[in-house]
Order: sequence, then structure tokens, then C-alpha cells
Amino acid sequence: MKRVVITGAGTINALGHTVPATLKAMREGQCGISDLDFRDVDRLTIRIGGQVHGYDAKDRFNRQQMSLYDRFTQFTLIAAKEAIEQSGLTFNGDLSVRSGVVLGTAGGGVSTWDDNYRSVYEDGKNRVHPFVVPKLMNNAATSHVSMEYNLKGPTFTVSTACASSNHAMAQAFAMVRSGMAPVMITGGSESMLCFGGVKAWEGLRVMSKDACRPFSANRNGMVQGEGAGVFVFEDYEHARARGAEILCEVIGFAMSSDAADIVMPSKQGAARAISGALHDAQVNPEDVGYINAHGTGTTANDKTECAAVADVFGPHADNLMISSTKSMHGHLIGGTGAVELLACIMALRDGVIAPTIGYEEADPECALDVVPNEAREANVTVALSNAFAFGGLNAVLALRKI
Amino acid sequence: MSIQDKVIAIIAEQAVLEPSDVTLDSTLAELGIDSLGLVESIFAIEEEFDISIPFNANNPNDSDFDISNVASIIAGIQKLMAIPT
Repeated sequence: MKRVVITGAGTINALGHTVPATLKAMREGQCGISDLDFRDVDRLTIRIGGQVHGYDAKDRFNRQQMSLYDRFTQFTLIAAKEAIEQSGLTFNGDLSVRSGVVLGTAGGGVSTWDDNYRSVYEDGKNRVHPFVVPKLMNNAATSHVSMEYNLKGPTFTVSTACASSNHAMAQAFAMVRSGMAPVMITGGSESMLCFGGVKAWEGLRVMSKDACRPFSANRNGMVQGEGAGVFVFEDYEHARARGAEILCEVIGFAMSSDAADIVMPSKQGAARAISGALHDAQVNPEDVGYINAHGTGTTANDKTECAAVADVFGPHADNLMISSTKSMHGHLIGGTGAVELLACIMALRDGVIAPTIGYEEADPECALDVVPNEAREANVTVALSNAFAFGGLNAVLALRKI
Repeated sequence: MSIQDKVIAIIAEQAVLEPSDVTLDSTLAELGIDSLGLVESIFAIEEEFDISIPFNANNPNDSDFDISNVASIIAGIQKLMAIPT
């Protein structure tokens, strides 16, 4: 078994277009949620989201690239560039052949579907651009990262709704730990903030019209976000041998399925994933100082998640910190675990715990230290990142300071 | 703009060249247009002239539309435009 470390991180999301900008915003407890800005937004009931602003694809990609890159692929490539440049790796020879890419997304090229359905249904056109399929497919982003960086090993996309990124990163971790691959590029992305994407979510009636307030008694639903998070997972010995800067270590994971309900969360399923990750990482519950919560801001998720944490950690649940950064960047659905992993890295490497902003009123069913409204300095050795998806699919990662 | 000028403009844009660099006897391969670029050019021509080109990307040479060079493409378009759809 190899030890696995993170040697590069990249992101673009509503809080920032780079990792340093995002971490700064998290430290300052900034809110990236704002009025949505896209065609037909006036026909939506839900008009807020963690949309990426100040971004023009034309500044980053040429015309030919843009004809093939949906927004979720663009975000992925921007985050991958930051991560891989930070790692200092170039992929040639054996390293290229054995290293791969596993990324998560729930919807893939949602705005490409949306634009082209509009074109044929609403505008009555009978012809679509020839690249619609290669642009919208869920593995498009993964394949473009593979092509851009010459990564020829195990490469695929994972799609498990809100747990997609955590499942992807767990898979990448397992591959490096087993020795199958020396380096894996992993994380995920999502871009559903278009008319059809938000309209679909509206139908579920779990969306907030005003703010994402995880764990707060007056919370009234989730808020969608968009963006990407990409990481370089590397064999520790490989990283050390080349003198790479190590951000933190990935020490374990667990996955579980509730096998119960297609949308309602289960305390038992969540608890099995959390305790499974501790077991896999060979750490005691008392070692955990911080949990980045799934913390969607829905009534059901937050109380179920807190109950699962209380079950697994017992009395130590009152000593650890648990925050939901979705209050700041929104819920990135299939990309969310990737952006949230940044908060774990900040806790372990910088000793700063990202807050749960928008917290207004204590909820007896969420009676944990949710780091309300302001970031906090703390020395954390082990951190967890939770993701509990629709469909009852759970994935929890464990990380350690190095 | 004549049909010829429009086709040359579409092909030049696809090849990231100036229209003056595209001649009637240029082949798409010579201009650096690959298979995806070819399909995109066909799409752009269909949109421009509101025609339907009988082009099958599985085997372009067997299609009932000659893409051997710029001149043959223009001739094919002129033929399609003469047939009432």
C-alpha cells in the first residue's frame, strides 16, 4: 500500500477563479451567492445561485476549443491547469502511460443540452452543430484533461449526483494507494446554472429563494452553485523523490448506499460511510478535528447529517468542528466535494476553519459546533469531507496534515 | 458575396487562414482541416445556404457530395441549390 498525497489544487467557483482567491474568500466568510444572470431567468421562481461571474470563455479558449468545450469542461480545464502547474508535473514516458484522470459530474454538458433543445424545440431549427454530442457527454471534461496533459492511464467519469466528486476522488485515491497509478488527476465539475438546469431543480421544491443557511433553524433549502475543483493525487514516495510541495495526505475513504429512498437521506447510510472512512484511514474518532459537511441547507439533510456525526463520534462530536461552505459557494452538485476539499486542505495546512455563513438561529437538531459565520484558527490533524447524494449514495474522504 | 466567396470564407475560417490563402484547387487536407473540421464546415455551409448536404462522415469519399477540393465543393453546392427542395 502506497501513501497518497495531494501535490496540486485548482478551482474556479463563485468565490474565486483560483485556489488562493477561493481560500481568501472562505477565510473572510464571503458569500458568492448572487442574482442569477442568464437567458429567461425571469421565468424562474428561483433566481439566486453561486454563479461564476467575471468570466468570459473567450479570454481563455480559442474558437475551435469553445466549439468543443461546454462550460463544465471549461471550468475543469481551468482548474486542472492550476492544479497540474502547481504540482510541477509533466507527463511523459512511463508516468504518462500509467497516470490517469477520474472526475465527477452529475449533469455533464447541461447548457449544451439546454441550448440545443431550445434551438430545435423553441426555435424550430432542424439542424444542430455537429459537436453537440462530444460537447455534452459526461466524460468530455475528463477526456479533454487526458488529451491536454498526455494522461494515458485509467481515465473515466463518475456520476453519482451530489457525491460524484467524492466518489471520483475516492477512486483516484484507491488507484494510487494500490500502486496501479503513480499520479491521478481527480475532482469534478458542474455547470447547471441555465434555464433548464435550474427549472428542473425548482420542481423538487427544495430550493431556497433567498440564501443557503446550513444548520440554522430558519434554513429553507439549498442554493445551486457551479464551477470545478481539480487535484493532483500522487504517490508519496514519488512526490518526495522529486521534492514536490505536499498540501496534505489522503488517508482513507468509504462509500455506502442507503438502499432506502431515492431522495431522503438516511442516518445509518451516512454514519456507515463516516465510520468506514475512519476505519479505512486507521484513525480514532478523537483524531478528527474538522468535518466539511455535506450541509446542503435542506431541513432533512442537515439534521440527518448531524445525527449521523453524533452517532459515529459520541461525546467527541461536541469537540470537533463541522462547517458547510455551501453557504458561500452554493451546492456544486457533482463538483461540490471537489471545491469543498479545499476547505479541508485549508484546515490542515493553514490551520484555518472555513465558517458556515448565514447562520442565524440555533437548531436543537443540529447542535454541533458549526463554526457559525466567522472563520476560526485551529490546529487540525485529521479532517473528513462528507458527500451524501440523491439516490442514497454516500462517499466520505479522510485527510491528514503532513 | 458570390457562392464561391461565401464557401471560401467558411473554409478559411475553419482553417484559420485568410480567404486569399484558399484557392479553388486547395484540398481540405492541404488547408489543415481534419475530420471534425470537415463536419463543422459541412454544417456551416448547410446553415449558410439552407441546403441539406448528403454527406456521411463514416465514409466521406462514398458520399454523393464531392469534397476533393474547394472547386468540387462549390460545384456540389450549386447543384444542390438548383434542385428545388
